[in-house]
Amino acid sequence: MHKIALASAWLAVIAFAIPAKANDSVLQETAKPEQWALQTGDYANQRYSKLDQINRDNVKDLKVAWSFSTGVLRGHEGSPLVIGDIMYVHTPFPNIVYALDLNEDGRIIWKYEPKQDPSVIPVMCCDTVYRGVAYADNTIYLHQADTTLVALDAKTGEVKWKVVNGDPGKGETNTATVLPVKDKVIVGISGAEFGVRGHITAYDAKTGNRVWRAYSIGPDDEILFDPEKTMSLGKPVGKDSSLKTWNGDQWKIGGGTTWGWFSYDPETNLVYYGTGNPSTWNPVQRAGPDGKPIDHKWTMSIIARDVDTGVAKWAYQMTPFDEWDYDGVNEMILVDIPVKGQTRKALVHFDRNGLAYTLDRVTGELLVADKFDPTINWTTGVVMDKNDPRYGRPLVVPEKSTFLNGEDVDTKNICPAALGTKDQQPAAFSPRTNLFYVPTNHVCMNYEPFRVSYTAGQPYVGATLSMFPTPNSHGGMGNFIAWDAGEGKIVWSKPEKFSVWSGALATAGGVVFYGTLEGYLKAIDEKDGKELFKFKTPSGIIGNVMTYSHKGKQYVAVLSGVGGWAGIGLAAGLTNPTEGLGAVGGYAGLRDYTALGGTLTVFTLP
Amino acid sequence: MQRAGLALTFAVLTLSLTSLAFSEQANKKNVDGKWETEDGSPTYHIAEDGTVDWYTYSGFRRYHSECHVCHGPDGEGSTYAPGLVQSLKTMSYEDFLLVVASGREVMRADKQSVMPALGDNHNVMCYIDDIFVYLKARADGVLPRGRPAKRADKPQAARDHEKSCLGEN
Repeated sequence: MHKIALASAWLAVIAFAIPAKANDSVLQETAKPEQWALQTGDYANQRYSKLDQINRDNVKDLKVAWSFSTGVLRGHEGSPLVIGDIMYVHTPFPNIVYALDLNEDGRIIWKYEPKQDPSVIPVMCCDTVYRGVAYADNTIYLHQADTTLVALDAKTGEVKWKVVNGDPGKGETNTATVLPVKDKVIVGISGAEFGVRGHITAYDAKTGNRVWRAYSIGPDDEILFDPEKTMSLGKPVGKDSSLKTWNGDQWKIGGGTTWGWFSYDPETNLVYYGTGNPSTWNPVQRAGPDGKPIDHKWTMSIIARDVDTGVAKWAYQMTPFDEWDYDGVNEMILVDIPVKGQTRKALVHFDRNGLAYTLDRVTGELLVADKFDPTINWTTGVVMDKNDPRYGRPLVVPEKSTFLNGEDVDTKNICPAALGTKDQQPAAFSPRTNLFYVPTNHVCMNYEPFRVSYTAGQPYVGATLSMFPTPNSHGGMGNFIAWDAGEGKIVWSKPEKFSVWSGALATAGGVVFYGTLEGYLKAIDEKDGKELFKFKTPSGIIGNVMTYSHKGKQYVAVLSGVGGWAGIGLAAGLTNPTEGLGAVGGYAGLRDYTALGGTLTVFTLP
Repeated sequence: MQRAGLALTFAVLTLSLTSLAFSEQANKKNVDGKWETEDGSPTYHIAEDGTVDWYTYSGFRRYHSECHVCHGPDGEGSTYAPGLVQSLKTMSYEDFLLVVASGREVMRADKQSVMPALGDNHNVMCYIDDIFVYLKARADGVLPRGRPAKRADKPQAARDHEKSCLGEN
């Protein structure tokens, strides 16, 4: 207690000494409900809009106002931005950016198409997706597939500066958006399937000069962890917190990439994000010197870093010694909500591993960890007793351990599958209901690890896996759920034929929106999930729904264009091994419903 | 009339192709647990009770480690890359080796796809025959989707090849 009081007093002093001012531009622009100024809606990643013209009563009358073909066929993730009278639309590789004039039904004001070496295409693990541009101070920040970060003049599309963040020759690529904070731009990296060692980097927003870089794994001075001050589960992490959890030099090709979303709290001055899987997928090859499991910190972790210095304030590892590819990169949603009766400054995270976490975002204290799909079977749950030496760790079910079962053994019926109960597709939070609206996958897998060798720039996977719809359930591969993060409970769950791979949007009109892999934009009631409206767009939706208002009229927009991991895994349909060898066709393939093609569809009321 | 003639030609062609595939299977031989066609190309062997030879089984595993993240499960294709079950219906062993080792690039206005050169990837090239015979069995329609239920034991020749190819002890 004393320590906590002291720590918070110390915090207060620091907060006064360095005024925590976020990038004024981003705060100003995201505060205007008529705009969509950040991919995540706001710094807190809530994906909530105060617009209420479209409501539960009239949403059934939505009509297409206009549409726009992006000219690119690959999977379209992310969403457009709207700043003032201009909409900014991005595409997957080749990463075109369009500035569209909202005063003229989307006339093209400028178009920027970078020249990139196509050799980056096959080193992108699962399609050449890109989750969108960012905006601050009349600048559009484009982070290309080949890791070139470009600052464009938002009015003209002229290049202000460029900087290269990684080397595609080693499998380093980008799919994520960037986050402008204060005078910096925070940037992540992809490529754990190629043995890339993950990091986040802060670049000067005005010049592109590198300010700091923080690796996910490695020596303390490279991961920017302070052995005494960086905390995990209420204790200092200590010296070499990462290095001592790896066998030899494996960490140098150890993964922990940072391809998800970033959030930021101006009060704590912390940037929050998650880290990906350790490489390889064969856990036996990553065991400790004694042949036993070893944690591989700080892969699969939530990390909170001071935005000015990059130094970690706290970290929490969700899946130590990953055996299933449950990357921890999904979004961190910052909300002040009652948690078990007491209002907390919370961080809520829906992990690939099937557990939804609620933490205190100031201290990193673990408050809630519960399954957000009841069929999750690799763990019995997280140890919440602070006196238990296993505090904060998930208890692994031995039959589902691909490590215990060993190399060349097919571990069967693990739920969720490697694509997780939820992947990057972001959830939304509504302060009206205090509920989270979460797009999920309902897919299980068999997983067989085996030995692989490492070659720079080549895949470094080391497991065979087959996926199938969750057995003994509704037969579909997805659910759209409402989640109470204070209690750790599903409030309602709406079954879907395919995984829901589209980011959700909550609105003050009481309507929640999301897209489906068949291509439907759906509008549902925030209270009970009742479907109020649906429209089939030209292709499957893996983009995120956004809303804005122009000349007093509210619009809802979404990118369709099937692809990504979902398009690769589900295109041909999944087989269900429980139905006997090679049973095919029991579950429809996505290719029977939709085909490639990037289109923006914009809806409004008549 | 013309159409009927064309259809007939097509039918004859299909028939001869089918019988070719059949005779190819009939005349293959077993060399230390690895099956070969008459011209020396590797091929699969599936016993009457469904037991697959080691290399076909190994190909299933290697395919789903190295290839399926682009080409989809069971060689069925994806939104990202073509279905190899179709490609292997017409592609020869030599062409397969060439494309895997040196890659292939399509850069058109409507389609940009790049197959990487995997020639220096041991996880692929040390098992290239395994992957080929697995996909060939899938393409010939004799191996259903999913994991082969029964397989032959790993032959000593496969162990020796693996060791020397990977350069491990």
